[in-house]
Amino acid sequence: MRYYDKLIFELSKSGRCGYSLPEAFAQAPAVPSSLCRQSALNLPEVSETDVVRHYTNLSQMNFGVDTGFYPLGSCTMKYNPKINEEIAGMQAFQDIHPLQRCDSIQGVLEVYYEMEKALSSITGMERFTFAPCAGAHGELTGLMIMRRYHMLRGDSSRVKVIVPDSAHGTNPASAAVCGLQIVEVKSDDRGLVDVDALKPLLGPDIAGIMMTNPNTLGLFEREIKEIAGLVHGCGGLLYYDGANMNPLLGVVRPGDMGFDIMHLNLHKTFSTPHGGGGPGSGPVGVCRKLANLLPVPKVTEKDGRFSVVDGFSNHVCGDAAVPEETVGQVSGFMGNFSVILRAYTYILMLGRQNIKMAGKLATLGANYVKESLKDCYRLPIEAVCKHEFVFDGLKDDGSSTGKPGATTLDVAKRLLDFGYHAPTIYFPLLFHQAIMIEPTETESKETLDAFIDVMKKIAREAAADPDILHTAPHDAPISRPDETEAARHPVVKFQDESRII
Amino acid sequence: MSGFPYFPHTDGDIRLMLERIGVKSLDELYSDVPSDFIFKGEYDLPDAMSEQEVRDYFESLASRNPKLKVFAGAGAYDHYTPAVIHYLTQRSEFLTAYTPYQCEISQGTLRYVFEYQSMICELTGMDVSNASMYDGPTSAAEAMRMCVAASRGRNTVLVSKGLLPQVLSVIRTYALYSGTCIKEIECRNGHTSYESLKALVAEGDVAGAVVPSLNRYGIIEDLSGFADTLHADKALMVEYCDPSALAVLRTPSEWGADIAVGDGQSLGIPLCYGGPYVGFMACRNEYLRKLPGRIVGETRDKEGRRAFVLTLQAREQHIRREKATSNICSNESLMALWVTVYMSLMGPQGLREVNEASSAGAHYLYDRLLATGRFEPVFDAPFLKEFVLKPLLPAKELHDRLCDAGFFAALETEEGYVSFCVTEKRTKAEIDALVKAIEEIRL
Amino acid sequence: MSEVIEGLRYSESHEWVRVEGNVAFIGVSDFAQKELGDITYVDVPDIDVLSAGDEFGALESVKASSELYSPVSGKVLEVNGALLDRPELINEDPYGSWIVKVEMSDPSELDALMDAASYAAQNK
Repeated sequence: MRYYDKLIFELSKSGRCGYSLPEAFAQAPAVPSSLCRQSALNLPEVSETDVVRHYTNLSQMNFGVDTGFYPLGSCTMKYNPKINEEIAGMQAFQDIHPLQRCDSIQGVLEVYYEMEKALSSITGMERFTFAPCAGAHGELTGLMIMRRYHMLRGDSSRVKVIVPDSAHGTNPASAAVCGLQIVEVKSDDRGLVDVDALKPLLGPDIAGIMMTNPNTLGLFEREIKEIAGLVHGCGGLLYYDGANMNPLLGVVRPGDMGFDIMHLNLHKTFSTPHGGGGPGSGPVGVCRKLANLLPVPKVTEKDGRFSVVDGFSNHVCGDAAVPEETVGQVSGFMGNFSVILRAYTYILMLGRQNIKMAGKLATLGANYVKESLKDCYRLPIEAVCKHEFVFDGLKDDGSSTGKPGATTLDVAKRLLDFGYHAPTIYFPLLFHQAIMIEPTETESKETLDAFIDVMKKIAREAAADPDILHTAPHDAPISRPDETEAARHPVVKFQDESRII
Repeated sequence: MSGFPYFPHTDGDIRLMLERIGVKSLDELYSDVPSDFIFKGEYDLPDAMSEQEVRDYFESLASRNPKLKVFAGAGAYDHYTPAVIHYLTQRSEFLTAYTPYQCEISQGTLRYVFEYQSMICELTGMDVSNASMYDGPTSAAEAMRMCVAASRGRNTVLVSKGLLPQVLSVIRTYALYSGTCIKEIECRNGHTSYESLKALVAEGDVAGAVVPSLNRYGIIEDLSGFADTLHADKALMVEYCDPSALAVLRTPSEWGADIAVGDGQSLGIPLCYGGPYVGFMACRNEYLRKLPGRIVGETRDKEGRRAFVLTLQAREQHIRREKATSNICSNESLMALWVTVYMSLMGPQGLREVNEASSAGAHYLYDRLLATGRFEPVFDAPFLKEFVLKPLLPAKELHDRLCDAGFFAALETEEGYVSFCVTEKRTKAEIDALVKAIEEIRL
Repeated sequence: MSEVIEGLRYSESHEWVRVEGNVAFIGVSDFAQKELGDITYVDVPDIDVLSAGDEFGALESVKASSELYSPVSGKVLEVNGALLDRPELINEDPYGSWIVKVEMSDPSELDALMDAASYAAQNK
């Protein structure tokens, strides 16, 4: 990777253009001047060559899964198959308007229908919606379903949701957006939800609990059956955060563990690319008694014909009525269709044969790395992990040299020098120096061995001279930037100095 | 294991790895899972397919979607996508990267997001933009939440009935669960009524109002006085815009809005059955720290080189948890790149020409449709690429017949009007063919 | 080691109170600013009246945020405007950088707070 210092605005030259449009065949009437844009529009004026070179140069300062190993915990950075891209890019799918009449989109609706069937089978849930555009959006949708369930029963007192202290930050944030109050339940010294601490929290004000299983320490919540019994016993529902579904893929189904509502991250478990932070897709699954609460629009099937139910009089699809119980509409149309296409392609490649190995191989890789590195890095909880595990910093941070010790941040930055993406750091919040590693099932033993060697080398470097780590990365396009200054005096858009009067 | 391209493990690899871990089998790695939770049944999935079989299958699915010429919009617009965009957004350094938390090896993502933010600010006239939202409707819902948060204690948000139905619907859903009271501003003569807004503001408790720039009838709104009325009551004005049209229309900033939201789809994103699109959200400086989602900022690295980072993260869910401005985490980053490349290619002149060509086609169609004698005009108001007419034949019948003839057009509105939309992609011959198809309908 | 100053009252959540007549100046301790690191923003919204224990804002650093809780009840007289432009003043001089000024309605609440010795012991 090499440093490239242009912004597209800086390539601009008045009069240059990067587009070709057909000659207009008519003249548009002028927009009344009071409704017209008054200010100049300072977008760049560049040629197509400028654009292609510029963004190619930018791309070369980026690290992706195709560049190298990406052991980012809780993010499931598995390989993104290329056939997925080919299918998602098919012109026949790209050209379809979201409000087209059902009989003109039977092929599209079949994707939704088959995908719903597949996810239901994989997770043990009854029905799915594909409206949510990302994992956190799925959480919010799922919590709306939880609240709606209680509202419909006339139980307005259930305004609290229990969230473990190890939960992803989106859990409490989604609950807050949904108008729920958060009650935190502590983890015990095994890193699992403390059932004794949970019991006194349960009562008539509890809407439910949000859990990810395995949890963010990569540990399976083995008391889940008891927890489910307790939460159901007090009238609450169980929400499954599917961000950590990967190790259970083909092995364990959330529906069988007693969860009532869940979301999946198709951009994690089902191999669709993260795109530098989206588009994702966060389908939400529910148990049978909640099926009518799913958002609209949704796909229905009758005698091999698919239709869409949405509740708009202007939508000329479906004839089936919208269930009154629905939580409502949570996104513009039917979610991120081309992401769903990618995930469906992956599921077809996996099939019922290969799916049985997916979770197991992910778990194998994580345990292999954990066991190989626990001599150099502090392992706070000694247990078999699932898809990921958490170290609490270096065993020897080099502070005995008299220099400041190397931190988790330093280890992360040093890894960049060796051509790896860093693990997730400082999360979960249970440990001060958390390093969270998730290898995924698409990485070979050789890849993991090479990573293990580098992690050991970094540990040796830290012990001998922590400054090597403090100053890392040395080989990235930039060195560590001044984030404090960026936050104190935010510059969040391009300011053309030549234009500033 | 054999024959699956995404699992690289040989039997020997698995054996060696299990040995290192100190267990005998893969199943033993699940010894902490109660045995009744281990799924012992058969997954109801098809047999694994080869790539060739997958291709054939999707070809057969695609063949079940007859291709229609798109003459409707309603929140998804069939603008032309230059070839460069797909090519660049498919670069795997962009496509397969995660959120740019490790800024030293994510300068590519961070730079294009910074450019995206800058371009959104240019289009809207706003001071700051976030790194993107899911889509237009959810960005409007987040803006509603922002109004309430900024007001400290008020709990009513006004929404124009001229907003797209899906925007109203998503706002209502978010409001129901956050406990926000939604009141509707009436439309008169196809415009959001200023009188109605004033009356609702006078009722009190108003944190803000969401009004469209181009409304669901395609009419260009005149928002004179809206901002003054809202600001006099310390309420915020949110404008829902079509970003493509902002190249020619008065900007949210020029109308006095505090927050601009909308869907970036009109900036060259394919229809793709509704997604992925990209929501945008920009605001005035004073609300910067109330913005949901990611924001990229400029700074310097240790050597003094210009560098870009995710900034103001203390607003976000991974730090603030339940006190975050929003729960949004993944957004639509790659689609932000999509529209950034689009705007780079088009430039100010290209965007203007897109609007002019679309508007010219739409007005041509409008006149030709009236000339068929099968429609009556509804509103006498300026529009760009989208408009409604009153059909003199049953709306559903009209739509269905056109669909059979290969056109997606005449989308029925809740009032019984039909809406049409023309973009620069539609040729004169296509428009003439649509008109001819309408003339030929015999009921 | 973090510095603790004699003559101030301290809360468990690391705010200090300096009393001048009926007015309480409230800031955060050296321990708190060190825990948080470089402070990037002082977020104190307009509030008229506070009760003891009320959240009155937050301090932000690059990767963390810490809520501020009022140790006393009363009317907010002033927010330290200098901190809006220069949040780093809290890092540089935590005890010289008051964040809000409160006219106390119940000075006896001060008795519930720690003195320097007890606060230093808490942070050991």
